[in-house]
Amino acid sequence: MKRKLEVSELIFKILSYLFLTVFALLCLYPFVYAVSASMSGRHAVEYSQVVLFPKEVQFEAFAMMFQNNMFWNAYSNTLFLTLYGTLWAMGVSILGGYALSKKRLLFRKTFNFFLVFTMWFSAGIIPQYLNYLQTQTVFRAVGIMDDKWLVVIAMGMAAMNIILLRNAFENVPSEIEEAAIVDGATEFQVLNKVYIPMSKSTIATVALFFAISRWNGYFWARQMISNQNEHPLQVFIRLQLEQYTDPEQIAGWNRIYASDSVIYALIVCSIIPILIIYPFIQKYFAKGTNAGGVKE
Amino acid sequence: MKAAANDFLLYDRETGLYREDPEQAVRDDVEKHYWLHVGRTIVKDWRLYVMLIPMLLVFLFWRYFPMYELLGCFKVSDTVVPVSDQLFSGFSYFKRLLVGGDSLSQNFWMAMRNTFLLSFYGLCFGFPMPIILALFFNEIRSNAARSVYQVMTYLPKFMSTVVMTSLVTMLVKQGSLVSQMGIVSQALVKLGIISEEVGNSGLLNNPGFFRAIYQISGIWEGAGYDSIVFFAAIIAISPTSYEAAQIDGANKWAQMRYVVLPSMLSTIVIMLITRIGSLLNIGYEKVLLLYNTKTYVTADVISTLAYRTGLSGGAGTGIASAAEMMNNVVGMLLVIGANTIARKASNTSLY
Repeated sequence: MKRKLEVSELIFKILSYLFLTVFALLCLYPFVYAVSASMSGRHAVEYSQVVLFPKEVQFEAFAMMFQNNMFWNAYSNTLFLTLYGTLWAMGVSILGGYALSKKRLLFRKTFNFFLVFTMWFSAGIIPQYLNYLQTQTVFRAVGIMDDKWLVVIAMGMAAMNIILLRNAFENVPSEIEEAAIVDGATEFQVLNKVYIPMSKSTIATVALFFAISRWNGYFWARQMISNQNEHPLQVFIRLQLEQYTDPEQIAGWNRIYASDSVIYALIVCSIIPILIIYPFIQKYFAKGTNAGGVKE
Repeated sequence: MKAAANDFLLYDRETGLYREDPEQAVRDDVEKHYWLHVGRTIVKDWRLYVMLIPMLLVFLFWRYFPMYELLGCFKVSDTVVPVSDQLFSGFSYFKRLLVGGDSLSQNFWMAMRNTFLLSFYGLCFGFPMPIILALFFNEIRSNAARSVYQVMTYLPKFMSTVVMTSLVTMLVKQGSLVSQMGIVSQALVKLGIISEEVGNSGLLNNPGFFRAIYQISGIWEGAGYDSIVFFAAIIAISPTSYEAAQIDGANKWAQMRYVVLPSMLSTIVIMLITRIGSLLNIGYEKVLLLYNTKTYVTADVISTLAYRTGLSGGAGTGIASAAEMMNNVVGMLLVIGANTIARKASNTSLY
């Protein structure tokens, strides 16, 4: 039965379409502007003639970026950190979350508290920095000279993600595990053949959480990676921003594109991979937030 | 005495007697051999405990050792040495920060106020926004259209802090001889919200605008994504509730008031309490990337103050740790308090 809309409902409907359209366009505008400004001519950018669409189109800013070895270096470093960082974090989290999900685990409450306490209380920047310095010394003494491994191994573990995995594993019916054990499966086989396939969507979500935070990581990478060639993309972007917004650095700028276009081009290049995979991962993120660890 | 099937439980090997109470006997037995029992269980199930080891080590090394390092706030040192090698200085750093009277103490109180205010404004302006968005998302009946809106509003959440702050910096940048001010500043000048001079001097160089920029960029970044939780609460409402309300003659506002809001209430309460709990845990990365020497008055938070004091050639790591220690202890009390209230109020707790 189709009911006629009341006046108040109609007003609200129009209002929500209007509001959402404006808000969504505002959310998107900075990115659109960045794309347009990155490929507009110098005069158009400097005198703010670019509002929505590119003017005096040029691709020199991108060309300059692509010719810069540091850029490709930074890109590959970010890929390195994202790939190995996610693998390491997922390995540790899956094993830990699986063990914690077992009711028969002795001192289960203690281990859980050990994990959750780090969500309540963090030591802060300075103690963490001192700790990473010591870790660096140890790593160097063992022969790991590349600071990227320090970032991969020591940073980015999140208690919340382990709890998400733990909750997902707890939801797997224990009868299936018992059946597997009767069939002679070892603990690792049970995890590998039963639990991981049965919690695929949570595992994908958590892996995405880790991967995004690795891709976007900035502060500690800048603090701990001293060698410029090892800098990830985010650090590279920030350093370039600091350089190109400094009036002294760009005093004699004589190219056909504005110095701002370099930054915009860099931003565009750094978000393209995320934009490409974003439509596929968006639904996982929504799911992951709803799973939200509200459980004890 | 004739031995029953489970009499072995009552037999005490040491005294050679049979005990009276079988339950007590079992309890005694378990207590006596508690650690033996623990050991046997672990050996039998060793794979499970091996799986736990990497996680425990990672958290021990890089989450708990820094807490030990935090003891530096009670110690004196001019150089970076292990905490165990430093001299004990008691609460002198805390005293200096709280009632020192010098510029450091003033900066500390300023940072404390900024930390609180940035969070508080986030609570006032940033918190209602996702709820409003979720209410509006619910009005859009076509799934395709709603997906488009959701994709567009979630997007900024996936950008890194560096990309976000770089964009903000560029959009409100100062004007100079060779180029005009950022596009957003220009729009604001045209709308008459800010004057030409203010726009030209750069909004990020003006302490009066830092909080607004911080909140607006926060809403831009997070409102869409944060609305997911609220939207999930709304779509969980059964359509029959709306129908019943409509039959009773409720118009849209009455439906909002008596159907939608009550159903969302528990979610709103939990999110609000969480937010209050993390009142002092402000993301330092964003502040660090947006502030500059001219805007310390409104932008400097405890973490950034500690960062400057401890790392980039400031007064030392000890006093910086002391500042963070106070911030984090109060923050932890807030989290635990908020969580306890949430548990009492709605039988749901976050941890």
